[in-house]
Amino acid sequence: MSGRPDADRDTSAAAPESGAGTQTWRVRVDATACMGTGICAGVAPGRFRVRDGVSHPTDEFVPPTQQVVDAAESCPLEAISVTHRDTGARIAPEE
Amino acid sequence: MTISDPQPFPFSDTDDLRIEPRFEQLREKEPLCPVRLPHGEPAWLVTRYEDVKTVLGDPRFSRAEAQHRDEPRTRYHRGLPGNIMEFDPPEHTRLRRVVAKAFTARRVEELRVRAQEIADRLVDEMTAQGPPADLVAGFALPLPVTVICELLGVPLEDRARFRHWSDAMLSTTRFTPAEIDRCVEELSAYMAGLVAERRERPQDDLLGVMVAARDEQDRLSEDELVAMGVGVLVAGHETTASQIPNFVYTLLEHPDQLACLRADPDLVPQAVEELMRFVPLGSASIARYALEDVQLSGGVVRAGEPVVASNASANRDATVFTCPEELDVTRQEASHVGFGHGPHHCLGAQLARMELQVALRTLLRRLPGLRLAGTGQDLVWKSGSGVKGLEKMLVTWDAA
Repeated sequence: MSGRPDADRDTSAAAPESGAGTQTWRVRVDATACMGTGICAGVAPGRFRVRDGVSHPTDEFVPPTQQVVDAAESCPLEAISVTHRDTGARIAPEE
Repeated sequence: MTISDPQPFPFSDTDDLRIEPRFEQLREKEPLCPVRLPHGEPAWLVTRYEDVKTVLGDPRFSRAEAQHRDEPRTRYHRGLPGNIMEFDPPEHTRLRRVVAKAFTARRVEELRVRAQEIADRLVDEMTAQGPPADLVAGFALPLPVTVICELLGVPLEDRARFRHWSDAMLSTTRFTPAEIDRCVEELSAYMAGLVAERRERPQDDLLGVMVAARDEQDRLSEDELVAMGVGVLVAGHETTASQIPNFVYTLLEHPDQLACLRADPDLVPQAVEELMRFVPLGSASIARYALEDVQLSGGVVRAGEPVVASNASANRDATVFTCPEELDVTRQEASHVGFGHGPHHCLGAQLARMELQVALRTLLRRLPGLRLAGTGQDLVWKSGSGVKGLEKMLVTWDAA
């Protein structure tokens, strides 16, 4: 079936043109919105860790990876944002 | 360790909301306890908060593996083929993302006004008839049923039919296996019919969104589409419909807490969280299988062994909650696991929260002096169901 997000699929297609291979994404969790559901840590193993009921990205700056987009899109509180490090443009979640 | 001498679980057979008395002892002395559920192979039972979170949230524990095994379970039925509980990320994520947007806190908030209208109309009908009234049939059931029908796009007039099928699907001993199989088949065919209707006449309800995700984007299979529709419909009302009377019952049993809420209705959102922590809705989680040896607090679960988690026990863990056996609607503490944890955390949690808040606020405001009717037969508990709750709850109030 097409359209299945493989965990580590190259997602350069989702990013704007500027230097696809070298860009970096920024992952942030809004601690005031987060309810510690643990969905992100399950969707993107190793990318998030829930401590004391709040999720934290294990690395704020990551190479483009579908997992963090999936985590941001799966969060019911929309507490995760993924942006381009350099431009600040939003990658996920979709508006 | 191996799973030897498993004890029958659930340990006791209570229909009401009393928690297994043995959980406290297990948390202390035997945090990894061998059990045998009514169906499937023996399993480990975990009861401590941290272990429950690990089993439900750690990717070393799998749901997909259960598909190749005779998984331990309380219910006879294993769910429709292609249902979201059969998968681990990233396959699970693929399915969840099809519907996740409809259940974000932001989207659910937009439904609050409509939920309030429904709640008010139901109370209008109850007060017009006057007390006593059955809170289940008159309020707790029709509120979430109407909301989920409108959200998903299921005709409300079919509710008696899908209620029956849904009851069967969640049954432990209430229906025979043959009845359950037939009901689930009928429910599945019913959902397939609604899907077919949307192919003829596209609609912008959630079922329409799901059909478009399949037909235009190939994001899920036909089985997965039907199973998702059934899952949202069944889970979308049964749990909340059970929790509304469960919460009212629990508050009536704790008059000081009820008084506290009446005095300050702004405590309702906090009270809903506390009641989600306090009220045990089911006896154990759906099983997870260890994909490798995993160290838990009470020992090692070997690769290939199944584990069930008790969310109800985790929510009473004294290492996490102060005086866990006390209901305290002002509690501000660690997050409960009443909606689960990890990738399978309840899809409809935000919707349930909103509906439960609307329900409690409305009942407190509009039915002063709400209490059991005092007929001697006010409460009929559901029996043989995987979801604890009341079949009937006769209440009265101070008529204006």
